[in-house]
Amino acid sequence: MKNESIKVLQKKKTAILELWMQNQLAEEGLREDLMSNDDLRVQSEELLDALLANLSDENLSNAQSSHFDTVLDILAGISASRAKQGFSPRETGAYVFSLKDALIDTLQQEIKDPATVLAQTIRIGKLIDNFGIVTFETFIKGREEVILRQTDEITDISTPVIRVWDGVLALPIIGTLDSSRTQIVMENLLQEIVESGSSIAILDISGVPAVDSLVAQHLIKTVSATRLMGAECIISGIRPEIAQTVVHLGIDLSQIITKASLASALRTAFNMLQLEVVKKRRFEKENA
Amino acid sequence: MTILILNKEMMPVVKEQDVVPFRNRVKEYATKIGMGLVNQTKLITAASELVRNMLKYGKGGKVYIEVVSKGRENGIRLIFEDKGPGIPDVSLAMKDGFSTGKSLGLGLPGTRRLVSEFDIQSVVGEGTTVTVIKWKNG
Ligand SMILES: Nc1ncnc2c1ncn2[C@@H]1O[C@H](COP(=O)(O)OP(=O)(O)OP(=O)(O)O)[C@@H](O)[C@H]1O
Ligand SMILES: [Mg+2]
Repeated sequence: MKNESIKVLQKKKTAILELWMQNQLAEEGLREDLMSNDDLRVQSEELLDALLANLSDENLSNAQSSHFDTVLDILAGISASRAKQGFSPRETGAYVFSLKDALIDTLQQEIKDPATVLAQTIRIGKLIDNFGIVTFETFIKGREEVILRQTDEITDISTPVIRVWDGVLALPIIGTLDSSRTQIVMENLLQEIVESGSSIAILDISGVPAVDSLVAQHLIKTVSATRLMGAECIISGIRPEIAQTVVHLGIDLSQIITKASLASALRTAFNMLQLEVVKKRRFEKENA
Repeated sequence: MTILILNKEMMPVVKEQDVVPFRNRVKEYATKIGMGLVNQTKLITAASELVRNMLKYGKGGKVYIEVVSKGRENGIRLIFEDKGPGIPDVSLAMKDGFSTGKSLGLGLPGTRRLVSEFDIQSVVGEGTTVTVIKWKNG
């Protein structure tokens, strides 16, 4: 059985594309900042081509049909790349659903019999809804890839060791200090102590949100390991609320040199190294 | 005086990666009721201890986060529920320095000192439930 409506849609491809483009350009959320109108047109045409070329009366009610593999591939590609470009789910969804309006509007203009229009409208509606679901699934997968990549990046950049002075290292720790982070921090620190021949390391925990017994234990371990290497470890950046919490929790940090700020830790380090920072003496008086 | 529940939410905690989102959630609620920084930090630290115990000894479980009120005072109640092995001697587990996990043994006794109200129920073979409340100004 040949389906009249499908032939109409195939014949009217150009008109549908125009309508669809109009719908998209009229959308409030049109993201010209993310994608140019020309690119949008190329992308839309490719998708419409694939859809109309493969549409038949049999598969019109079956989005899972293998005839739509190309369509689904293109959709998945569009959706994943949009996720990475920073489109919102609403914008990506609106892209697919505005095609539905263009198809249905065209049918209504071209076909006279209301019963046929109604029946075909429902079938097209369902088909595009199914494509919408696929779009969302791939959109979310695209986002998840972004998240995974960022997670890797964060672990990479999160543990720098800085040589703040001859013989003094500083390690700012930002975020939660869990077992695997501690392992990385410790390895980096001990390595740097050997390489730089430093005798003092300052562990700054200003960026650690909470110090519970696990974090405390990790800090204590890191300090012991540093001492075994013949260096001293100062912990700085202990905020007032952290200090109170640690005391109530019952953690004993008395064996560790702790300072409120990185500046005071550095002062302590200078003292230990018998260094003195003095203000430059002025030889000439201003306005003399 | 009776305690009213104003808001309730459940979060499953079954893996290490669940700890940080859970703690952030607790912090969100504490901020929402206007809890000060010191009490917030105490609550979050307590939450962190209990959730780690749940993961380490209780094979994971559920946490209920509630906004509660008693008279004029608002607070956050956390209920940690696991179906793990339970604790044979609760009063021993509550002692400073007692640990079956070669740890500091400060989690339970320290938590009790950090919160306003503390309750622990444990049945060997059935599981453990720890309930804590931190009042906004407590
Ligand atoms: N949810 C639980 N299920 C079963 N046993 C538990 C549970 N929570 C605590 N325990 C038992 O109680 C003991 C004391 O717990 P506590 O948190 O005080 O110390 P810890 O976890 O051993 O050490 P820390 O918390 O200082 O790292 C644990 O060693 C464990 O045997
Ligand atoms: Mg513990």
